[in-house]
Order: sequence, then C-alpha cells, then structure tokens
Amino acid sequence: MASQPALVEAPPVEAKESLFAVPGIHCAGCISKIENGLPQTPGIRSARVNMSAKRVAISHDPALTPPELKAAIVALGFDAEPLADPGQDVAAAEGRALVRALAVAGFAAMNIMLLSVSIWSGAEGATRTMFHWLSALIALPAVAYAGRPFFRSAWAALRQERTNMDVPISIGVLLTTAMSLFETLRGGEHAWFDGAVMLLFFLLAGRCLDSMMRARARAGVAALLKQTAPGALVLDAGGRSGWTAASALRPGMRMIVAAGERLAADGRVVEGESGIDLAFLTGESAPVRVRAGDVVQAGAMNVEGPITVEVTAAGADTVIADIARLMEEAGQGKSRHVQIADRAARYYAPCVHLLAALSFAGWMIAGAGAHQALLIAVAVLLITCPCALGLAVPAAQIVACGALMRRGVLVKDGSALERLAEVSEALFDKTGTLTLGRPVPQGLDRLGREDQSILLALARVSRHPLSDALRQGLEARQVAPASLDRIREIPGEGVFADHDGVAVSLARPRSVVSLFGLASEYRSGERAVLLHFTDALRPDAVETLRELRSIGLKTLIASGDRPEALEEIARATGTTAVGHLRPADKLALVGRLQARGEKVLMVGDGLNDGPALAAGHASMAPASASDASQLTADAVFLGDRLAPVAVTVRAARRTIAVVKQNFALAIGYNVLAVPLAVAGKVTPLVAAIAMSTSSLIVIANALRLKGAAK
Amino acid sequence: MTGLGLLIPIALFLGLLGLAAFFWALRDGQFDDSEGAAARILIDEE
Repeated sequence: MASQPALVEAPPVEAKESLFAVPGIHCAGCISKIENGLPQTPGIRSARVNMSAKRVAISHDPALTPPELKAAIVALGFDAEPLADPGQDVAAAEGRALVRALAVAGFAAMNIMLLSVSIWSGAEGATRTMFHWLSALIALPAVAYAGRPFFRSAWAALRQERTNMDVPISIGVLLTTAMSLFETLRGGEHAWFDGAVMLLFFLLAGRCLDSMMRARARAGVAALLKQTAPGALVLDAGGRSGWTAASALRPGMRMIVAAGERLAADGRVVEGESGIDLAFLTGESAPVRVRAGDVVQAGAMNVEGPITVEVTAAGADTVIADIARLMEEAGQGKSRHVQIADRAARYYAPCVHLLAALSFAGWMIAGAGAHQALLIAVAVLLITCPCALGLAVPAAQIVACGALMRRGVLVKDGSALERLAEVSEALFDKTGTLTLGRPVPQGLDRLGREDQSILLALARVSRHPLSDALRQGLEARQVAPASLDRIREIPGEGVFADHDGVAVSLARPRSVVSLFGLASEYRSGERAVLLHFTDALRPDAVETLRELRSIGLKTLIASGDRPEALEEIARATGTTAVGHLRPADKLALVGRLQARGEKVLMVGDGLNDGPALAAGHASMAPASASDASQLTADAVFLGDRLAPVAVTVRAARRTIAVVKQNFALAIGYNVLAVPLAVAGKVTPLVAAIAMSTSSLIVIANALRLKGAAK
Repeated sequence: MTGLGLLIPIALFLGLLGLAAFFWALRDGQFDDSEGAAARILIDEE
C-alpha cells in the first residue's frame, strides 16, 4: 500500500470489467442497492445490473481481485459468483443477428404487401410495372440480407451431402425471387416478391422466438453456476502472498486457501487441517478431513480452517479437466441426433421438387410454352414451401419450453425436448438427485424455543455445511436468533459463545458417535445435545419414480456410494440400485443400456455423473448440481422436488405429438392448395392467403401446449 | 398519379427511418435487459 498515494495524482489506469452472477436480484430495490452501493467500495468505478440475466457488470481498478469484488457484493447482502468467460455472448450475437434479419424482412414484407394490394385491386399497365419494379427494389436486398441464415444453413447441409429444412426453403425463396424478377423485366402480370419476403418473415419469426427462449434458459442456468475458483493467493519465497489467476498457477507453488474458498488447482496440503467439501466430485455431502500430506482436488471447497496447499497439477492437468474431457468425448453421440424437422425435410423436399418438376414436364407435354410451364412450376414450389412447416416445430417447442420454465424446468434447446420424448429408461444418481444432497438436521423440534434461537445465532457464524443446514432448518421454522457475546469460531472445533453468562457452543461431538452418521453437538452449560443429520430423500422421489414407471419408463439407480447405503433407497422406491460406480463405470453403464436399444434419460448432479449425463440420450440435472453437470444436462430443474422429471418427460411427449399434428396440418393444407398450383390457378393473392392461413393454424395448434407442464 | 411519385418515396423513407431507429436501439443494448428496464422505473432517485 506504500506506493498507493502516488497513484492518486496519476491519470486513472484503465478500468477492468468483471462479470458476476448474482441470483438474488429480483426487484428494483436490489438494482439500486447494488448500483449505488458498489461504487462506494474504493476501486470500483461503477456497476451495472442486468436483471434478466441476473448479472452485474463491475468496472473497477485492475488491482482489485475477484474475491475482493465478491466480498463487496456479499457485503451488500447478495450471493455472488464470478463469471469467468460467459460463452453466452456468441449465442446472444446470433440472436441479435436474427432479430435484425427479422426487422428487415418485416419492413420489406409490409411495404411490398402494400404495393401488391394496389396491384390486386386493379393497377394496370405502366403503374403495375412501376409497382413491380419498386417491389423488386425492396425485395432483392431484403432477400439477400434476411435470407442469409437459411442460405448458410442450407449450403452447409448440401456440402455435407445432407438435406435439412432450409434446403427447400432456400430453393423456394431463390427461385420465386428470380422468377418474379424475370416477370418484372418483361412487364408480366404477376410477381411473387410479396410471397418470398413474407415467407422469410414468418420463418424468421419462428427462429427468433426459438433463439430467445434458448437464451433465457441458458442465462437462467448461467446464473446458477458456482464457478470454480478463478485464482488463489500464492506465497512467494519471501513469505509474501499475492493473487494469482488460476491459469498462471504452476506445480510447486504454494497457495493459501481460506475457509469458504474453492481450490484453484490440484495439490497436497502442507500446512493446516480442515474439512474439504468434495460434493462436486463424489456427490457426497459430508466434508472429508484433510491434514498435511493429504491430496486435494481443484474445485473442492475448504469449509473449516485455512490451509496451505502445494500445487501438484494446474489448469488442463487437474482431475476436473480430465472429467471435462471425458464428458466432451461422451457428448459427441448426441450431435448425431437428427432433429424431427430435418427428418421430415428428408422426405418432404424430394417430393416437393419432384412435384414441381412433374408439373413443368406435364405442361410442356400438354403444349404450353416453356415460360408458362416454368411459371406454374414456381407456383407449385411457392405454395408447397414449408412456411407452416418451418413454424411447426419452433412454435410448439417455444410454448412447451415456456410452460416448463414456469414450472421451474429450464430446457436448453428444442432438440432436447425431442430426445426427452423418446427416452425409455431413466437412470438416477442417488446423492443429490434422489436425495437432497445436503444434510438435513433431525429432531430439531425436540429442542426448546430458547435453545433453538441460541443454536441459530451460533450456526449463523460458521460456513460449515452442518451449520448451514442448521441455519436453514431453523430459519424455516421462523426462529429468531438470540443475542450472544464473545462469539468465536475455532477451526475444526466449532463455534463458541456466551449467552446470559452461560457458555454455549455448537461443536464437533466429543465422542465418536457413529462411523458414517453426520452429527454435531450443542452444549449449553453442562448440558449437551447431540444433533443428527441425514441426507433426506427428496419429498416426492418415491411417487416420481412410480409415475415414471407408469408412463412406461424403466428405472435404475446408479451411485458411487456403498451398496449398503443404497439398500434403503432401493427398497423405498422399488428400484434396482447399482453401487460402487466411478464416473467411467457410469459412462460404461449408460453405453451398455444404449447398446441394448434403450434410450437412456440420465438424471444426476455430481461431476462424477458428468460423462454419463453427456452420453445419455437425454439428461437432466437439479439446480444444486455441479457447474459442469448443469452445463451438460439438457434440462435443469429448480427446487427440492423430483416431480419436474416426470412432468418434463410427459410435456416433451405431448410436444412431439403436437409437432406431428402441426406437420400433418401444414402438409394437409399444402396438399389442398397443390392442385390449384398444378392447374396454374395460383396467383400471388392466393399464395399470400394460403401462406398466412396455414401459419396461423399451426401457431394456434401450438398454443394448446400452454398447459403441457401441469 | 403524380401524387404517387411523391408519396411512395416518402412512405419508404419513413419506413426506413423506423428500421434504422430499431437497429440503433438494438446495437445500443436497449433490449438486453427488458426485466431490468421495467423495474428501474420504480427506483427513487434522491
């Protein structure tokens, strides 16, 4: 700090921007509290809240480290986690590009329609030609700009010798535009610019809604993420400590990890003794005791006292990074899933193109000129252009995703819904998935009111998971904390204080009570009460598993835990349970089931479930899951109940049913209009009406999914 | 008919103006935080 005063006169150094996820922002009061409160911390220039994404962007001195910024937000009463590198920006940019294309298509469609209406109501001769030219002037740049998302995707598919929905769309739009331009050049009667641009507008509306829904789900998941440590305090040879980013950590460095911090690298404890929360890796909620010489993994949370750790592996060499690689490889199978729209296009596109070619040939044989035959073929293409087909899938998925989001299920994309609808076997992890994954205190009600309030006051002081559990349990019972004097926390021992002159404490039990049970002891004077904790089953786990079986899914429990610990849960849920599975074993189990022809829905929370989540046909994770699992899972569900799993599967099945209805409606409608087109009776007016009506029907049908998540 | 020659360019110009304004707003991040914008109106500036 000695060199600091000189900096005051110097011009301000370049400010750094840091992003934090703050899930607790929910009202205007929170916004003003954060935006006005943070700049009062020295070094913070300004803060800007994004309430939709539950994020805060802080502009600050580069000297401030992430833990200091986090402390500043926590001091205002909000939980915060640094967001290292939000991968959402790419998706957000894509979304904005789609909105721009939609705006251009909308502008062009409205203006061209205005001109077309005048033509339909009888403009003739020079006026009509002028209107056609004006339409062309608007339509050509609009198609070139707004059509790019379709052209690009169609081209990418064709280059790989595949076809998707965008191929017939692109061919239809391009041919219609070219034909209309040709008609305009020779002063013809009809031009279909309005049809081409309106088609783009409808399709882009579907895509925009789709991308907006996905962006919201992704932002919701990102706000839940508990980022692994962005860095650590490193001791140098002279005994001074300095903040070092995780990417700059090297083996051999010594880092100091305070209680409540996550480790930024793998290492070995050289000094100190503490409890380490390895839930992210093992899914077990009980902290593991470590002392000098023990190995600790990056991402683990130090819950008790400060420890000094010598780094043995950092960055890409850590255990976490290994699992992440395993997940990446396992996830490649998922990309082989062909979306339902593209599967439909595989059959639809050749039919349509064949039909257009046949009508061209038919009219040529019947003796019409090449020009007239070509006009009719283009009309066939335009009338069968999958306008409603392009909306059939996104419209249904958006309505279903919105309904699920209101029920607390964040579905990441439309293809996830398709895969969720197909699953035939559900594989559950135990700890944190079937159970709550956190210790729940037992028998709190046996304590007196006064003891409860003292206990709450003690528990609030510590960040130990058992204290946290006590605090949550007591706060849920609306206990008010008592006032205590001389509060002190002794790492590894407990919290000690005085209440009205009596020594009270919440501490490690003096006797070894049981080998596996979790317990802590509450002492008041000479009295000692043992508090037991268990990892409780989610309140509706049994019913949910039964419900899944009733809709035709097989169920199986796969856990890393000891088989004896699974017995009770297996009996309660009536489900076979497999124990002692390491991450790679779970992955292999999923592989075996899939090889047998099952489509596996993996539901898990720990990082140890990550590879299995990635390999499953579909996957879901609770919001309490590790970051990597939430990022991998197709859907994340909030809250303590397991019911959303069954709700999601049922909603997904209903969505696919509606998508198929939509296809039937759209194709059926086109089939009705096709004879008109083949007969050469489709004018631009007929095409416009046909297109809008079929789109409206499809959207109206999709809206029936509003109650799908009931 | 000469009225058309004047009115159509004016209509198109106004439409383009609206389109440009929308692009400007989009680039400016006006639509980035719709929930926050709705809440901010309630903040009392003292």
